Amino acid sequence: MKPFCEPLIEVLTAPEKMADLPMATWDLLLRQARQAGLLSRLAVLAEAYGLTPSLPTAIRRHFSGAATAAARQRQAVAWEARKLDQALSREGIPAVLLKGAAYVMADLPPAQGRLFADIDILVPKAAVDRTESTLMLHGWVSSHHSAYDQRYYRRWMHELPPMTHIRRKSQLDVHHNLLPETARLRTHPDLVIAASQPIAGFQSLRVPGLEDLVLHSATHLFHEGEWGHALRDLVDLDALLRHGMSQSDWWDGLLRRGIELGLAGPLGLALRYSAKLLHTPVPGELFAAIAPPGWTGIKLIQDALFLRGFASAHHSCHRPGNSLATFALYVRSHALRMPLYLLLPHLLNKAWRGVFPESEKTSK
Amino acid sequence: MRLSDLSLKDLSSRLHSGLQLATGPFIFHVTSHLPDIAQGLAKLYGEFPLVEGSFSDFHVRVDALGGLRRLYHPQAQFWHDGYTPFKPLPRDQAFAMLEWGMNWCVASHAHHYLMLHAAVLERNGHALIMPGDPGAGKSTLTAALMLGGWRLLSDEIALIDRDDGLLYGLARPVSLKNASIDIIRAHTAEAVLGEAARDTHKGTVAHLRPTSQSLENIGAPAHPRWIVFPRWRAGAAAQLTPHSKAAAFLHLASHAFNYSLLGPLGFQRAAALMDACDCWDFEYSQLADALRVFRQLQA
Repeated sequence: MKPFCEPLIEVLTAPEKMADLPMATWDLLLRQARQAGLLSRLAVLAEAYGLTPSLPTAIRRHFSGAATAAARQRQAVAWEARKLDQALSREGIPAVLLKGAAYVMADLPPAQGRLFADIDILVPKAAVDRTESTLMLHGWVSSHHSAYDQRYYRRWMHELPPMTHIRRKSQLDVHHNLLPETARLRTHPDLVIAASQPIAGFQSLRVPGLEDLVLHSATHLFHEGEWGHALRDLVDLDALLRHGMSQSDWWDGLLRRGIELGLAGPLGLALRYSAKLLHTPVPGELFAAIAPPGWTGIKLIQDALFLRGFASAHHSCHRPGNSLATFALYVRSHALRMPLYLLLPHLLNKAWRGVFPESEKTSK
Repeated sequence: MRLSDLSLKDLSSRLHSGLQLATGPFIFHVTSHLPDIAQGLAKLYGEFPLVEGSFSDFHVRVDALGGLRRLYHPQAQFWHDGYTPFKPLPRDQAFAMLEWGMNWCVASHAHHYLMLHAAVLERNGHALIMPGDPGAGKSTLTAALMLGGWRLLSDEIALIDRDDGLLYGLARPVSLKNASIDIIRAHTAEAVLGEAARDTHKGTVAHLRPTSQSLENIGAPAHPRWIVFPRWRAGAAAQLTPHSKAAAFLHLASHAFNYSLLGPLGFQRAAALMDACDCWDFEYSQLADALRVFRQLQA
C-alpha cells in the first residue's frame, strides 16, 4: 500500500521513531495528531518509551500540555461515572458504560492519553423511560428541543436525544441498542448487558466484556459516519485487540461473539483496517473465516472509500477524491441507519431546517 | 531577520505562502491573501523576529470567504490548520480576527503553562500581574504603563511556566476598546495604533504596537512580584489599597484559562504565585497619576 497519513501512522506503529525526527516531520506530525485527536496519545507513547527527556523543547511542551489535558478529562470521566452511578443505583437501574468511559473504568489500554467528548451508557430498553426520568431528577437535561428531533430520536434511533448535566455541562448519551431501530443490521443488546461485568465500588454501572467492547467500537466506527474521529477510533480498536491477545482463544472467541451478536460484518472491516494501517497482528485465517473470498473489485472500492474516510483526520492525509469519498461515506452511514422511505424525508427536513432555522418549533 | 526588513510587497507575497512569526515561546505560521492583514502586521509587528525554520507551533490563516455572499456582505474566516473555531466575521474585522485567533490558539492549547486571564508587565525583572474584569480599565492602564517604560509581556494571557513558575511574554499588540483608543492617543504621541475595527462584539477595537523595549527582551522571563486589580472610576484619586491574598487567589483561579485543567499543578503554581506577590486594589481616574503611583511600587 502507498504510504498513508505519514508521519502519524508511522509513529503510531513505531513510537521509537520519535527519538530522532527532523523538525519538519515534527511540524506535520503534531498537526496531524492534533486534528485526529491523538496528540495526547503520542505524548503518552513518548513517555512510555522513555523518549520525553530527549525531545526538542517545543515538542516536549506540546506533549506535556496535551497529556495534562487528557489526564484531566480522564479524571472528569471517572467523576461523572461516579455521579451517574449514584443517580442510577437509587432506582436499581443497571447501566453498561460504552466506549471511552468503559475503557477508563475497566482501565484498558485505549484509555491512556485518550480525549473524551461524552459518556455513553447502554440500558435495557424496558428501563429507558425510568432511566431518563431518574437522570432528569439528578440534573441531566435533554439538549435537543425541537419536536422533530425528539420524535426522530425516540421513534427511530438507538439512543435518547443527548443529555447535558445542567451544572457540570457534561454530555451523556443513553442507548438502548448498539444500532438504530431502523438499521438493516439487527443486533442483540440484551446479550451485551448479560455479559457485562460489575465495576469495583459501583452498584449500577458495569462494563461490557472485552469482545463486546471491540464489537461495539467497530460497529460505531463503520456505521455512524463520524470520520473525523475515525483514526482515533481505529487506534482504540488496535489497542483493545492487542490487549485481548493475552487471553487464550481470543481471536476465535471474538469471531464467535461477532456472529452471535450479528456484528461479524463491522468486525471484519475493523480487523481489516486495523491490520492494514496499524499492523495489528490479526491471524490470516481469521480474515478468510470472516469474509469468504469474493469479488476483489468490492474490496478495492471499499478500500478506496474507507481509507479516504480515515484520511479525513487532517488535510495533509487527503487523497484525490477525498471529499467525494467522505460524502459517499456519509450517504452510506445514513443508508445503513434507515431505509430510504424514512431517510429521504429525514434528510429533506434536516436540509430545510439548515436553510430556515427559525422554522424549528420547540416542543412543549 | 525582523518583519520590518520586508517591504510591504514582499510581506504580502510571503504571506500568500505563509510566514513564520515568533511571539515569545510560540512560532505562528501565518497565511493570508488579504492586504489589511499585511498592512496590520507591517504596522504592529515590525520588530517581531521572523523565523526561517521548519517547525511552527500554530498554523493560522485568515482569508475572505468566497460564495455569493461576498458580493453583498463580505466575510473573513480564521483557520487553525483547517479548523474553524469561530463563525465568520465581517471582512473589515479580519485583522482583529487574526489577533483573537492567535489568542485562541494559545489559550486552548498551551497547557504546558498555567494561563491566567491577566495583563503582565515587567520592571527590573519583576512582574506586575493585572487581572481585570471587562470595563475595569485594564487594557488602558497596560498600554499607558508600557508606553511609560514598563516592558509588556502580555495584555490578555499571563503565561506561567509549569517547570520554573516564571512569567513568559508574548509581547503581542495591546487590544484597546472604544474610549480607550482616544485616551491612549491623547496620552502620548508615541502610541502607534492599527486600523480600528468597528462594530465588533467588543465594540470598536484597535491594536497598539508594542514598544521596542518589549520586543528586545522578549525571551527574558520575569519573577512574579505584584498582583494589582485596577478599577477606573470617574474622579477617583489614584491609590493602592491592600487586597486579601485569599480573595486574589480565588479571583485568579476562577478567571484562569486552564486552572482546573492543570489539577494539583494548577493549585501549586497559583499558590506559589500568591506567596511571591503583594496584592493590591488600585483605583484611578487619571493615567498620569496612575503612572506615578506605579513608580512607587517597591521591589
